[in-house]
Amino acid sequence: MSNQKKGSVSNVVSEQDTKKRNENYNQYVKEVTPKFSMAKNMLQAFLVGGIICTIGQCFINYYKYLGAGEDMAKSYNTVTLVFLAVLFTGVGVYQKLAKFGGAGTLVPITGFANSVAAPAVEYKKEGQIFGIGCKIFTIAGPVILYGIFSSWVLGLIYYILKLLKIV
Amino acid sequence: MAENGANGSKMVGKQSIFFKDPPYIVASASIAGKKEGEGPMGSLFDLVQMDPMLGKNTWEEAESELMKEAAQTALQKAGLKNTDIRYLIGGDLLGQLIATSFGIAELEIPILGIYGACSTMGEAMSIGAMLVDGGYADKVMAITSSHFAGAEKQFRFPLDYGNQRPYSASWTVTGSGAVIISKQKNQNSSEPGVIIKGITTGKIVDYGLKDSMNMGAAMAPAAYDTIKQNFQDLGVDPNYYDKIITGDLGYVGKNILIDLLKENNYDISNIHMDCGIEIFNEDDQDTHSGGSGCGCSAITFASYILKQLKERSWKRVLFLPTGALLSQVSFNEGKTVPGIAHAVIVEAE
Repeated sequence: MSNQKKGSVSNVVSEQDTKKRNENYNQYVKEVTPKFSMAKNMLQAFLVGGIICTIGQCFINYYKYLGAGEDMAKSYNTVTLVFLAVLFTGVGVYQKLAKFGGAGTLVPITGFANSVAAPAVEYKKEGQIFGIGCKIFTIAGPVILYGIFSSWVLGLIYYILKLLKIV
Repeated sequence: MAENGANGSKMVGKQSIFFKDPPYIVASASIAGKKEGEGPMGSLFDLVQMDPMLGKNTWEEAESELMKEAAQTALQKAGLKNTDIRYLIGGDLLGQLIATSFGIAELEIPILGIYGACSTMGEAMSIGAMLVDGGYADKVMAITSSHFAGAEKQFRFPLDYGNQRPYSASWTVTGSGAVIISKQKNQNSSEPGVIIKGITTGKIVDYGLKDSMNMGAAMAPAAYDTIKQNFQDLGVDPNYYDKIITGDLGYVGKNILIDLLKENNYDISNIHMDCGIEIFNEDDQDTHSGGSGCGCSAITFASYILKQLKERSWKRVLFLPTGALLSQVSFNEGKTVPGIAHAVIVEAE
């Protein structure tokens, strides 16, 4: 490793061609920059994501126990998780959870809630219209746009397949 | 070693200057945030602000207040009034220099606003020293600031957004540092004088790195280029300095800088120091690659580095704040992260 590293930094300094030098430098930087342990990160994400989803299942069961139907119980659960994520964002806990859990906090609906709540808090100072109004979806915007767009595309495919009597 | 050129020219080599009457640094001020106050240099700062908002409504107002306090503290320590300062040279990281414009407006000092990203302190001190040595001013103030939350908002994500920062990412320092540069030595002080002997102004250096979360690696080539140029212009080697102090390369950038210079047969590993590494405690403060931001090198210089020079622990240092010249727009448009580093040669008399 040390030999390889030494080798690549001399490739950077001795290279006259700028494009090649930049390639060598990028390669060298990749080697010397510390990275997260993928296995550890995945395990943490699995744990945190799993716990969030288990809590969600508890809510569903509880709402069903209170008499809600399957669909309504799921909707109530979504609303509850979003509310909790926004609350935890507001009191500054969600960020700490996300630092540990990574994608485990990003993928469930709670991650989406956090990504909407955080800009709302931050940009409130810039006003209701140009602050919150314009900037609330700066992080979640792509999810909303491409989520709606891809469901439209899938709907269109489904419609055509139906016309062709394939499905 | 190179001396001033013929006909009294102050130009040395390609990019450097030796001042004819090296100006004095007669006062400094360092205002730091809570996290910086809890770091290894906490006790050296003039003031540690425990409230990240400084009693204001927005991060921008808070940073403006930091800068105002730094300017006022520097004036107070020098026993000067605002009208004694001929020029103020300053800048910050917030869009169109918000902290500088709003922070020091009420001081009513003629101002040159500058942008050098996190290298701003080096740029401000360079211009300030040139103005004084050139006879265009007798006293100037170089000032800069940064704020963790304001910088996160501007360059990354809103503060409450939950995500993981890579190990190569740095932590923007909340703080403002100022120095007063004067033609004359502070007569009232018994401390040894500290002079700005010369400067080496950096070029924009871009080795094609696109990762904005690895700014140390983006800036290291700029620091390398400026240091090498300084050695060549002055005809010296690392032994000329007691310390070579970079601004905010962090752990990743520091190693790269040392590696790059070693390839040119310059070994600075024993005398190199990085303000970003010194300002936080790596083990306890979870700052990953170290501190960054204009305030990082500025408050380290205004407190720790000047103290070492006044105590003559170090006789001569090369102070070299480093900057990453990126914006969110250039990053989104797929551009690289160019680096810059401005060197100031500071000596104890």
